[in-house]
Amino acid sequence: MRLRNPFGRKPKEFPSHLWTQCPNCGEMLFNKQLARNQSVCTNCGHHFKLGAKERLELLADARSFTETDADMVSSDPLGFVDSKTYPDRIAAAQAKTGHKDAVLTGTATISDIPVVLAVMDFEFMGGSMGSVVGEKLTRAAERALADRAPLVIVAASGGARMQEGTIALMQLAKTVAAVTRLDEAGVPFVSVLTDPTTGGVLASFASLGDIVLAEPGALIGFSGARVTSETIGEKLPKGFQRAEFLLDHGFVDQVVPRAQLKERIAFFLGAFRVAGQDLRWSL
Amino acid sequence: MGMLERIAGSRRAGPEGNGHLPVDAGLITDTAAYAGERPTAWQAVQTARNIGRPHALDVISRVFDRFQELHGDRGFRDDPAIVAGIAELGGRPVVVVGQQKGASTEENIERNFGMPYPEGYRKAIRCYRLAEKFHLPLVTLVDTPGAYPGPEAEERGQAEAIASSIQVMSRLATPIVVVVLGEGGSGGALALGVGDVVLALENAIYSVISPEGSAAILWRSAAEAERAAQAMKLAGPDLLETGVVDALIKEPAGGAHTDHDATAAAIKTALVAQLERLVRVPVADLLSLRYERFRSFGTVVEPRAGEVAAPPRPWWRRVLGR
Repeated sequence: MRLRNPFGRKPKEFPSHLWTQCPNCGEMLFNKQLARNQSVCTNCGHHFKLGAKERLELLADARSFTETDADMVSSDPLGFVDSKTYPDRIAAAQAKTGHKDAVLTGTATISDIPVVLAVMDFEFMGGSMGSVVGEKLTRAAERALADRAPLVIVAASGGARMQEGTIALMQLAKTVAAVTRLDEAGVPFVSVLTDPTTGGVLASFASLGDIVLAEPGALIGFSGARVTSETIGEKLPKGFQRAEFLLDHGFVDQVVPRAQLKERIAFFLGAFRVAGQDLRWSL
Repeated sequence: MGMLERIAGSRRAGPEGNGHLPVDAGLITDTAAYAGERPTAWQAVQTARNIGRPHALDVISRVFDRFQELHGDRGFRDDPAIVAGIAELGGRPVVVVGQQKGASTEENIERNFGMPYPEGYRKAIRCYRLAEKFHLPLVTLVDTPGAYPGPEAEERGQAEAIASSIQVMSRLATPIVVVVLGEGGSGGALALGVGDVVLALENAIYSVISPEGSAAILWRSAAEAERAAQAMKLAGPDLLETGVVDALIKEPAGGAHTDHDATAAAIKTALVAQLERLVRVPVADLLSLRYERFRSFGTVVEPRAGEVAAPPRPWWRRVLGR
């Protein structure tokens, strides 16, 4: 018979608020150390998901980010109710993340290059794109066009937001049309795909960057892996729909580790400097 | 139909008119027409999926003359789930692209149930460019459960193909009329769905995800599809209300599957009237109107819109309390 001490518990070896287990290699990582390493596993290099705030700190120069449309919130166009009402879901997501919706947009500098920057947050209802995300991204693109400043969008999204129905689907067309105007005007657009970028977001603006970068190991694909494996009735191979898979098949330009992401974006933006600036070939 | 009316006018009919059809000939542009007898969302889903419904080739053979199909994306293969070609509408050439479902199980297997692969969308893009190059109006027929979600499709870039298709349509310098025939399934449908005028058959549906898919995710049970269909507002009258479609084409009593000829005749009347109008609009205006049409989707609330944030006071002013 096991005797148990009724008073007090044995302290856990790895209390969850201090330690995180790497899902890839199983290593226990000290949270502070993990944060210092930009949420990349120090042992195997697994890239953890990054919230919008942390992503901004990573990419934008210190104190350079000025948020625009910060107070824009979604209405409930369809009166959508599943197990909870849509406004309740939004309120819960706002409380959880501290953001009004799944994207932060604004102006910033990246290595002293002024850009329009948009960063999505997967924690907010799976980063799904509804009216607010569509409108904010469209405004960001229009601002980039007006200022002739490069547009950088960091995608992290499960796709279109079901709770807004067909209106959410139309955001695909809306955002594509907006970045297409940049394309016509010769304003650079860099799309960064992070874990995960799937569905309607990948099937719209995120695939259309002049440069498309991805983070290592990020899940990137059109349809969810479950749908795909049900379609063919078998399990999918390891690495299917990962960033490296897309690189192999020619749909992303580079897979860039998080530590090098900022300088890599800055390099491309520097090379694509909008006309009239120095260093251009006189073509 | 909004902004187009301001440029091209809406009615050219009447004895004093110039002989053209009224643009809303045979069209339902107001949900008031459905007072009380609106079919339920689930009925619409069933009707839109009816295997006997006129599919793209049924419509093409009845609406257009001398249809010549064009095959292949010039890169990989010919996707049978998308048919594309050049045909004549009322004696004038147009480019037609449509998603093709089958009318029997065998035909459905051959057509992959109307679910295109990336090469299908790339074939469509090729034909869009053809339309632009030779100044032919483009007519697209949407009827798909969605883009094919298999692993080969992922390998060949399904998302990129759809994104590119939307991109090309959004700035194609020629008039585009979209007709949703049956199922408008998500991004796979939108890849053919960016037009100056978007019409739908009365019982067509257009949704961001299939009712079954939505039910599986939100209710964790595919059996709740009926409730999901209701919640997603995917039926014709709902689409008219949200502005996703500009007008509905009336179907024969009992649904389009009961009379292909009558359905095709209604589609033809609508297409001719819309194209008559669109070809008069300068292409630059068409493009900006098309941008505005899709730009305007979405309802957002901005509590402090237009307010300019006061610039932060410098530290010395704060210290001085001024």
